[in-house]
Amino acid sequence: MTGVLGQAFFQHALLAGTAIALASGLVGYFLVLRAQTFTGDALSHVAFTGAMAALAGGYDLRLGLFAATIGVALLLGLLGRRGRPDDVAIGALFSWILGLGVFFLTLYTTTRSATGQGNAGISVLFGSIYGLDGARTLTAVLIAAGISAAVLVLARPLLFATLDEAVARARGVRTGALGLAFLALVGACAAEATQAVGSLLLLGLLAAPAGAALRLTDRPYRALALSAALAVLDVWGGLLLSAAAPQLPPSFAVMAIATLCYTATYAVRRTPTAAAADPA
Amino acid sequence: MLLADAPVLSWDLTADLREIWSYAFMVNAFRAATVVAVVAPVVGWFMVLRRQTFAGHTLSVVAFPGAALATLLGISTTFGYLGACLATALVIALLRDAGRPGGAQESAATGILQAFALGCGFLFVTLYHGLLGGPQALLFGTFLGITDQQVLLLAAVGAAVLAVLALIGRPLLFATLDPEVAAARGVPVRWLSAGFLLLLGAATAEAGQITGSLLVFALLVIPAATAQQLTARPVRGVLLAVLIGLAASWLGLFAAYYWPYPLGFLVTTVAFTGYLLAHAVRAAGRFSRTAAVPA
Repeated sequence: MTGVLGQAFFQHALLAGTAIALASGLVGYFLVLRAQTFTGDALSHVAFTGAMAALAGGYDLRLGLFAATIGVALLLGLLGRRGRPDDVAIGALFSWILGLGVFFLTLYTTTRSATGQGNAGISVLFGSIYGLDGARTLTAVLIAAGISAAVLVLARPLLFATLDEAVARARGVRTGALGLAFLALVGACAAEATQAVGSLLLLGLLAAPAGAALRLTDRPYRALALSAALAVLDVWGGLLLSAAAPQLPPSFAVMAIATLCYTATYAVRRTPTAAAADPA
Repeated sequence: MLLADAPVLSWDLTADLREIWSYAFMVNAFRAATVVAVVAPVVGWFMVLRRQTFAGHTLSVVAFPGAALATLLGISTTFGYLGACLATALVIALLRDAGRPGGAQESAATGILQAFALGCGFLFVTLYHGLLGGPQALLFGTFLGITDQQVLLLAAVGAAVLAVLALIGRPLLFATLDPEVAAARGVPVRWLSAGFLLLLGAATAEAGQITGSLLVFALLVIPAATAQQLTARPVRGVLLAVLIGLAASWLGLFAAYYWPYPLGFLVTTVAFTGYLLAHAVRAAGRFSRTAAVPA
């Protein structure tokens, strides 16, 4: 195991994973607090389509990821009232976008399979954090730092707009624009997290640390910090677990640790159906 | 396409259909798609009305780990789909009881459950190396190689779901539209909610075998959302949803026979086009009404 820890690919994964987890924890807290988990779910599927479209067109995968997730996030915000999209409209839209993703996947595997690797679809869906090279790691860290800084700048007004929208509007906070800006951040964060844990699993990285933090404390800033810290711990734990047991894929290991942490909060704060929360 | 020389559309539809149905696998695909296209929109109509799209989506994606585990253990994937979806329906029902319904905590828990289930699915796929066609068939659907037995099982489960829904339909509608009054009138709202989640689990398990677990929404949400754009009446809405579901899956299968593109893409595209058309029709109706009023 110590041999793995010294390898460059593992250190890249640890570095990028830490930065991405920090951004996901911060964004995820507001996502859960605003009860927009389903929007995050939709954006995670959009990420797949974006990546596949970029691959099929021969562009950098990340270009498609960011363009698709931020674009659709803004579209969803504009469809709903005050930057809060409607669940049914989201469902109808993203299932079609996912269908489009399958189309691009077929296009990619039939036209470019000679040049690219055949399992590109799977690595987008389930992540390939061990495949990051130095340059990609640097970009991922910089973008994640940007997202985290933006969330911290927006934190105060966003918290106000989330907890008491009517009063915030009356006090002159532009809740609609704020909601849109937040959705754009969720989109960027989804694109980032896709590189780490994959588009299908990034919802766990957004929701699990935030859900746990919200169960542990009611104080907003403490919960925000706790959510970010838990996300980083989840990623570290997952990476170490997959280093210790190489047959476990890293994205599964991260998800397992995150779920375990979340389930553990039921034990800390006793609720009548603590046993029922165990997703066995 | 599987066939040696790609079939060509002759635009003589009866001849085309006769040619398609001369292959046993296409006949079975149409049978299975018909069953699914009737069951999923009916259940989906209630789901859209109850605003449980997120729960429905979670139920549909857990079909993937279920099927992957079934493949790993060497049992029929149909049982994997059904087992995973029904078990998750129970867990979500328990989560609903624990938290405030529709609250931030409940949706966070649902999201975590979904991501963890998908992670498990990925683990099972990684452990089982020889999965035919990779996990993509499980995720995005296939209409090839559906056996007579599978069609029978789909039909039996579908009939059971529809029968139960026919029995609880009226109280379920009452409990959905006005839960407080329904509870006061002695309708068992909680049991109905849990029972409906089980029906939803069975329906998504069925649909997942045709459209793949990621594209179940094409038949579950889009037809129902389209129907609710066009009519508010329950019976008419359910019938309309079924018609849209049938049209989408039949057209999708028809196109998939001639084009080398995946069935899931074709079905979602047909269904989503219908959804956009319904929005356009409604917007046009609203426009003509407001244009007529200020005279």
